[in-house]
Amino acid sequence: MSDVLTVPKPRRNIEALLLLVALLVGVGANMIVGLDEDRAFDSDFWVQGGTLMALVVIFHIVLRFRAKYADPVILPIVTALNGIGLAMIHRLDITNGDDAADKQLLWSTVAVAAGIAVLFVIKDHRILRRYTYISLIVSAILLLLPLTPLGLTINGARIWINVGIGTFQPGEIAKITLAIFFAGYLSTNRDLILLAGRKVGPLQLPRMQDLGPMLAAWLVSIGVLVFQRDLGSSILFFGLFMAMIYVATSRVSWVLIGLGLIAAGGFVALQLFSHVEQRIHGWLNAFDPEVYNGTGGSYQVVQGLFGLASGGLTGTGLGQGRPDLVTFANSDMIIAALGEELGLIGIFAIVLMYVLLVSRGFRAALGTKDGFGKLLACGLSFTIAVQCFVVIGGVTRLIPLTGLTTPFMSAGGSSLLANWIIVALLLLISEAARRPAPTGPLATDMVPAMSESRSGASARARRSPKEGVE
Amino acid sequence: MLSELTETLLRYGFLILLWIMVVSVVGAIRRDLAVGSRNRTGTPTARQIRKDPTLEKRAPAPSKAAPRELVVTEGPLRGTTLDLAASPILLGRAQEATLVLEDDYASGRHARLFPQGSRWFIEDLGSTNGTYLGGSQLTRALPVEPGVPIRIGKTVIELRP
Repeated sequence: MSDVLTVPKPRRNIEALLLLVALLVGVGANMIVGLDEDRAFDSDFWVQGGTLMALVVIFHIVLRFRAKYADPVILPIVTALNGIGLAMIHRLDITNGDDAADKQLLWSTVAVAAGIAVLFVIKDHRILRRYTYISLIVSAILLLLPLTPLGLTINGARIWINVGIGTFQPGEIAKITLAIFFAGYLSTNRDLILLAGRKVGPLQLPRMQDLGPMLAAWLVSIGVLVFQRDLGSSILFFGLFMAMIYVATSRVSWVLIGLGLIAAGGFVALQLFSHVEQRIHGWLNAFDPEVYNGTGGSYQVVQGLFGLASGGLTGTGLGQGRPDLVTFANSDMIIAALGEELGLIGIFAIVLMYVLLVSRGFRAALGTKDGFGKLLACGLSFTIAVQCFVVIGGVTRLIPLTGLTTPFMSAGGSSLLANWIIVALLLLISEAARRPAPTGPLATDMVPAMSESRSGASARARRSPKEGVE
Repeated sequence: MLSELTETLLRYGFLILLWIMVVSVVGAIRRDLAVGSRNRTGTPTARQIRKDPTLEKRAPAPSKAAPRELVVTEGPLRGTTLDLAASPILLGRAQEATLVLEDDYASGRHARLFPQGSRWFIEDLGSTNGTYLGGSQLTRALPVEPGVPIRIGKTVIELRP
């Protein structure tokens, strides 16, 4: 956990400039999509382009007032990704005669509004530390909701709940609350976990009682896998915890224990549950005609691979391919659809945007001075990274295909909402990291809050987390 | 329907636009990427010293007197010494502490000594009676120079080279 100094500059004008390029990408994609059908400038295009533009401009203006020193590249990257996703969903709508893009647009509005609300309500991310254990309870409730009578089983996974107007995936929000809990818990107990325990060879083993949270995280992940039949979220939750505990302690022994637990859990799940075994079988023997044609077989992923292959290096061009042949082309398989129409060159640009987004999250973690913020920023950026890895890895058949969403692009409201909230939190943390330290004589009661560089912060610092001086 | 030419132009044009986006983002953060040349926390290489002679003067100073042991100079454990390795040291009455202080005025987990770079830092872990470095109470982690007394309750410890 090192601190790297930055030159304090708001850089909001650079953000405005980059936003222009990002909107050009998003709106341009939407225009090209309809061009072939002579629907380039119909009402859909104007509504979607106009809404996207209005949303990000409002967000940008809010940033100018609420978080002047926030990272200037996060918002443009997210805008571009959201715009490309919207364009691809719109493009699939044109072929399939669907209206998913309108829903996605509505959810984008809700998500951006939620992001703005986070900027207004929270202001300083350290407040969240007070809600460490409340976050844990909220996460548990969110994860259990789909198992109650409210829950819905769609395509074999019980991760949705019915909220009257539509469906919602509470697990998407749970990843944020879990990250808050892990960050709060680890930043408070880091020293205890670090210093206690026996040393065996080069590894310092943790004590049994410190293993508790890790076992809890493991049980949650296994529970999600068994009861909700959702491999992707299971990997995401456990990966999140492993990454955060490694960042907090820099102990390899934790990672080894975690990998051991994953191996044990995975092996047992493979033996006991047919859906896990079916997934692995379909992954290893994807091109077997029997698996390909079977129900729940590899048709989807193999069609995606065929699509990627027909896209080649430069792609077929937006609106020119047949990504609609893939089932769930606009949600699970949107990367395959984009790969087909933008080619390897295009998909690399998109992957790079994700890499840059995640790296900015880690940069905010490096820059911010409080341990809680560091861990939270790491955890949140890591969820985005894991989601990309699991989705893109699944589509390209590197790992078994799972039902995670591609952040910001997949059709799906809950994911969009959760990811925009994550972005708002990352922006807040980066603001805390880049904001110039107040100069001049300091009031004595401010000192503990500013020096809260690690865990074991004094109670005073927790009671007054605001620095007070702008 | 569009002509073949427009279609191809749009296809490549959009790919170029995507990459313009990526490159301009990287351009916007290049100041951050060049952190190595501004940041003087690491040991400067010979080449960096040749370019910027001021680096040489700064670097060797702290390593000259790197502390090698911890000595208890006052209190019930007086005379105890502890060799400093590269791992942090927990001071307190708790059994898991590296140096278990039998001092009624010390907290269970009182303070922590940890190395960073070539220096050792002391940090109070929220103790009841506080930790004093050279006479002033700690409010945050501070570097410890050899020979400067650290007072925890009735115990005083020092780092020695």
